Amino acid sequence: MTETVAVTMPAPVLSVADPRVVRAIELVWREAAVLDAKDYETWQALYSDDAVYVIPIDRDAESFDDILNMVYDDARMRRLRVARMTEGFAIAAVDAATTVRTVSRFVPAAVSDEEVSLRAAQVLVAYKRGSHDLWAGEVDHVIRLGATPEEDRIVRKVVRLVDADDAVPAAGFLL
Amino acid sequence: MTTDFTAETVHDLPPADLVLEDRVAGRMYTDPEIFEQEMTKVFESTWVWVAHESELPKAGSFKSTYVGRQPVIVTRDRKGNIHTMVNRCRHRGASLCEQRSGHANGFTCPYHAWSYGLDGQLRGIPYPEGYEGVMDKSGLGLKKLRTESYGGMVFATNALDIEPLEDFLGDVKLWIDRFMAQGGGYPIKVIGTHQFKFKGNWKIQLENTTDGYHFPIVHRSWMASVDAETAEMMSFMTDPTAVTHDLGNGHSVMQMVPEHSDLETDDGSEPLQPRFDPLVADLRERGVEEAEIRRLVRAVHGTGFNLNLFPNVSMSISFLRVLRPISVNETYVEHVALGPDGPAEIVDPVNRERLRAHEHFQGPFGFGTPDDSEGWDRVQRGAQGAPEMPIMVNRGLGREKPSDQGWPTSHVTDETGMRAAYQQWKQMMSDD
Repeated sequence: MTETVAVTMPAPVLSVADPRVVRAIELVWREAAVLDAKDYETWQALYSDDAVYVIPIDRDAESFDDILNMVYDDARMRRLRVARMTEGFAIAAVDAATTVRTVSRFVPAAVSDEEVSLRAAQVLVAYKRGSHDLWAGEVDHVIRLGATPEEDRIVRKVVRLVDADDAVPAAGFLL
Repeated sequence: MTTDFTAETVHDLPPADLVLEDRVAGRMYTDPEIFEQEMTKVFESTWVWVAHESELPKAGSFKSTYVGRQPVIVTRDRKGNIHTMVNRCRHRGASLCEQRSGHANGFTCPYHAWSYGLDGQLRGIPYPEGYEGVMDKSGLGLKKLRTESYGGMVFATNALDIEPLEDFLGDVKLWIDRFMAQGGGYPIKVIGTHQFKFKGNWKIQLENTTDGYHFPIVHRSWMASVDAETAEMMSFMTDPTAVTHDLGNGHSVMQMVPEHSDLETDDGSEPLQPRFDPLVADLRERGVEEAEIRRLVRAVHGTGFNLNLFPNVSMSISFLRVLRPISVNETYVEHVALGPDGPAEIVDPVNRERLRAHEHFQGPFGFGTPDDSEGWDRVQRGAQGAPEMPIMVNRGLGREKPSDQGWPTSHVTDETGMRAAYQQWKQMMSDD
């Protein structure tokens, strides 16, 4: 009989092929399409009530309460923001740039049956009146997995622009 | 005497003739040559805001910024003096500092390692023997601007012989004192800066900070998103006590909420807004006394006015709006958030409230700024058409009267502040 030898296994590398990660990526891509379509009501419904949506100025920040951010929205501020983007009074939103974004280079940071944390690259081109603006950044998502993929929700999204601490155009759309 | 501009003359008149009492020519927004002249005749010839003293808290603190198009470094030296220097090595012109702010003992050029002190003095040159008999390093410090401050506001100028800052500010000083009272008993500090750019001439932003008329129209979306008390507070359109004063030298003050113009005066009759109830409860729990709570919380909204300083900064209610001309049709703007500078256990919750309020309106994704920016882009685009047609700044000319202090005064929705700024521009741009 062979003796059992204890083998130390290396920590498993988190794979984008993990079915839980695939579900999270699908939600991130759905969100990207919804934002390019400016379907803000549907966008809002992709978030949990306790979710935060942040575009910080400090790219390294992990907590946002005591610093100035470009966007730091809880559910209440998201509701107000969606109302602003859709009600027709905000001239920047009425005449907003047309956007196309790709989200890729996904790196799973943490995966469990309840939650998936992802870091990705997002490149967005915004076209308006003869000019193309480039909005590039890292985007972190934390996705809470529901009983079915339809119940998956975003609980945290942080968009860290490469030029977050420089002057960017004033935007009539969301990242 | 200046005559009206016409389709035949508008392209040939000297810039100063494009400003009349009640109108200016659209060419002032669109002519690149006028822009070039402005960089020297305005931005290099007067006091330009560069920093708030809280951005330079200790010896060695620095900030890099611009005076017009010129990159500068603002520093605090070991004696506490503030210096403004052109951010350019004396050797071959490389920029010395590409960090926005920080702390340093001095600046060393990355190209050939010429090094300079916090006051701009040339400290060292590597392999100096090559300069023997060629030049003396004394007098080869960084090019310095004149730097003076009032009430924590730091200004610099290339014009070494102009009047002292305090004379240039004149009656503005009283309003700076009032603005700083929003510390609620503490000094004011910078708590964060938004930056954004728009495709329009810098003067469009200069006008906007004294434009009460646009507020309920452009900012309808913001008004709809705030509590009823805040919306009511900003309903100044038909309030006869809401007025704008021309303070001289191109400066003006627009009092949108006159009852908050002097925050130090408080008869106690105005209730604190219910939206601040959690903040009040938090401060009480921290043991802050009722009178101090009231003073701090009442000031969270800021003061009741925009104080517009020609040519590049507006002290707007609760924050600073700083403009930086890039080209004839591009401008960068900073929205500098401010808050009280005191013990963390008292001011941190207050400043969190101020940060959230600032994010709500200001910055590239605020509920106010993008709509302003859209309006300004439209002005730049529209002003290309029919250059002989004036940009009108005549609103309220018929009801403008001197105040008790002698300041030309009209309703807050009138264009008194724009007329003041343009008369200063006219004077600075004239060849006389």
